[in-house]
Amino acid sequence: MSAPMIEMKDVQKYFRVSKGLFKTSAEQVKAVDHITLSVEEGEIVGLVGESGSGKTTLARVLLSLTKMTGGEAVIDGVNLGKASHRDMDKLHREIAVVFQDPASNLNPRETVESSIMRPMIIHGVPRSKAKEKAKEVLEMVKMDLKYLDSFPHQLSGGQLQRIAIARALALSPKIMILDEPTSALDVSVQAQILNLLLDLQEQMHLTYIIITHDLNVIKYISDKIAVMYLGQLVEFGPADVVGNHPSHPYTKGLMDAAPILDPRDRGKEKEIMKGDPGSLIDLKSGCRFYARCRYATDECKDKDPDNVILAPGHQVACVHPLNIE
Amino acid sequence: MSEELLRLEHLSIDYKVKGGYLSAVNDVNLSVHRGEILAVVGESGCGKSTIAHSIMNLLPGGNEEIEGKIIFKGDDLRTYSRRQMEAIRGKDIGMIFQNPLDSLNPVYKTGKQVEEAILLDGIDRVQAWNKVLDLYRDVKMPDAEVRANSFPHELSGGMRQRVMIAMMLSRNPELLIADEPTTALDVTIEAQILEIIKDLKKTYDTAIMLITHNFGLVAEVADKIAVMYAGEVIEYGDVYEIFEKPLHPYTTLLMKALPRKTKHEGRLQTIDGNVPRILDKKPGCRFANRCPYAMERCQSETPPEIYVSEEHKCRCFLMEEGKEADA
Ligand SMILES: Nc1ncnc2c1ncn2[C@@H]1O[C@H](COP(=O)(O)OP(=O)(O)OP(=O)(O)O)[C@@H](O)[C@H]1O
Ligand SMILES: Nc1ncnc2c1ncn2[C@@H]1O[C@H](COP(=O)(O)OP(=O)(O)OP(=O)(O)O)[C@@H](O)[C@H]1O
Ligand code: SF4
Ligand code: SF4
Ligand SMILES: [Mg+2]
Ligand SMILES: [Mg+2]
Repeated sequence: MSAPMIEMKDVQKYFRVSKGLFKTSAEQVKAVDHITLSVEEGEIVGLVGESGSGKTTLARVLLSLTKMTGGEAVIDGVNLGKASHRDMDKLHREIAVVFQDPASNLNPRETVESSIMRPMIIHGVPRSKAKEKAKEVLEMVKMDLKYLDSFPHQLSGGQLQRIAIARALALSPKIMILDEPTSALDVSVQAQILNLLLDLQEQMHLTYIIITHDLNVIKYISDKIAVMYLGQLVEFGPADVVGNHPSHPYTKGLMDAAPILDPRDRGKEKEIMKGDPGSLIDLKSGCRFYARCRYATDECKDKDPDNVILAPGHQVACVHPLNIE
Repeated sequence: MSEELLRLEHLSIDYKVKGGYLSAVNDVNLSVHRGEILAVVGESGCGKSTIAHSIMNLLPGGNEEIEGKIIFKGDDLRTYSRRQMEAIRGKDIGMIFQNPLDSLNPVYKTGKQVEEAILLDGIDRVQAWNKVLDLYRDVKMPDAEVRANSFPHELSGGMRQRVMIAMMLSRNPELLIADEPTTALDVTIEAQILEIIKDLKKTYDTAIMLITHNFGLVAEVADKIAVMYAGEVIEYGDVYEIFEKPLHPYTTLLMKALPRKTKHEGRLQTIDGNVPRILDKKPGCRFANRCPYAMERCQSETPPEIYVSEEHKCRCFLMEEGKEADA
């Protein structure tokens, strides 16, 4: 098998806790803590996990928007820590991103058309061709071409999100990192966008990391699902296994809390995970899910659980994994 | 039924844009009662946030034209002065905005921003700060004290959303408008926030307008649903009734686009075509170019709101013809 498209090894990103505008303390937020994960070419990895567990931070590390504080990441043969300017240029052309807050990444004084064209022009695409492409990608995200002249403040939340997706598509990337790409879309536009992403995967063999809290979306679109909890990867494996028969107690808690889709199911007993989200600052030794886990034993408290390989391509960081034959 | 708190009457809002007037909201008639949760769902760009901002009198100003009435506790808010609006904003009518980064000040600690809101109610500083910390814990913010001292960019997307929710809770408004309040929250925290919202409704009889694309939320908490398309409420009714038997062709198609399967079972069902960007209103049904049931009259006549029962209305000619959409 060829080398993975994205290979992370013990990736770490710690932040200092701020005390004032320019002051920091010795305490650290361990937003991403030793993540090891590979994504093959042409694969869709869905990344889910608790809010604040480090998903966006991990994406920012892969995009070189923030420097990792430890570990190694190799993307399409380029080692992020040791890359030359030329290598980084190549990567910037190949990886496209859709951020969680699309509005904050568009220039308020630029029209939709020039926002979409700008990255192409930076990468040397001739103006006339960039203009053509801008129209093409706007159509791909199902927006009326009349919006080309609009400014960001004139657009709705979901329209901004689609502009961000269009902009990412314009460079014909090899890899796309999408952070909550459909959170502001109604389900019919969402379906159109998900179908589009799948078409591109089939036709161009694109590689995706898709971050979302929508469990229906993640189960629908992913080949593999990666689950994060408090800065760590707790489970990684084939989508149908992780989605339907998870082995990590946190994953199970998450899947069990999935919202109902019919009001008549109200009041049906639903297992809601007990306990409050833990701290990323005051971390104790042992399993980070210990205080909330109903399967916990003393063993879990003393040492960090190792990654266990349950089946080829399915790993879990738990001493007592569930659903194993 | 409990007291009607908010009523929108023939509300229409147009934005002046290059080339004409964009009809963002058209002839909307809706009400919200005390202790009731009204979910507003619909196509992206159909005017939901525009309605929310108009109730708060927070439209950008300058390029919009409003018609109709926004009646809150019997008064038309459109006749209120700026001073009067400021007095009720936050206190009587609270709002959780769709994009927290737009409404949080990037250079102030988030806890200070919540404290500002609390101080408006004349509470002293020490008490106010303690209340901030309590609220942070209520919304399940980990490391409440550290987070209250964090700047917006130091928080995750879901943490910023929780700051917005804490800010709203601090004032305990009678009417809450929540515009996509939980998009960045995982399902367990979302479930806990829903409990808080249900509690508001039960304990304080708060009226809630919940704008969302998330049918899970609607199924969990809503009493009524308004479905919007291209600026209009095309269907309104009881949540059970609409989930069981949607009547408008757009609603039926929308419900079918929910991803309930995996990609190996095929592509998701979509609605062919795009929403038109409506410049300068003309007669006709706004869904006609995509509707599988469109008839000739749909192109030239505007369907009125037709009551199929006392509490269920639908803007579609099929209702007049006694036919049903069964896409
Ligand atoms: N610049 C920063 N300085 C300090 N802490 C930060 C910074 N950016 C993120 N963090 C912290 O890192 C942790 C992980 O944040 P991140 O945004 O990666 O979470 P997330 O998994 O994307 O969550 P969500 O689902 O809510 O978007 C959080 O505790 C957050 O407060
Ligand atoms: N300031 C403005 N000037 C011109 N047009 C605007 C302005 N604000 C919004 N619009 C347009 O009005 C329509 C309604 O926008 P609105 O933000 O109310 O939609 P929405 O229903 O909240 O959508 P979403 O679900 O995507 O957030 C959209 O077509 C949008 O492009
Ligand atoms: S290691 Fe122990 S505490 Fe952690 S998830 Fe597994 S069973 Fe629960
Ligand atoms: S009025 Fe006509 S076009 Fe509009 S939804 Fe009904 S059948 Fe379709
Ligand atoms: Mg995030
Ligand atoms: Mg909106």
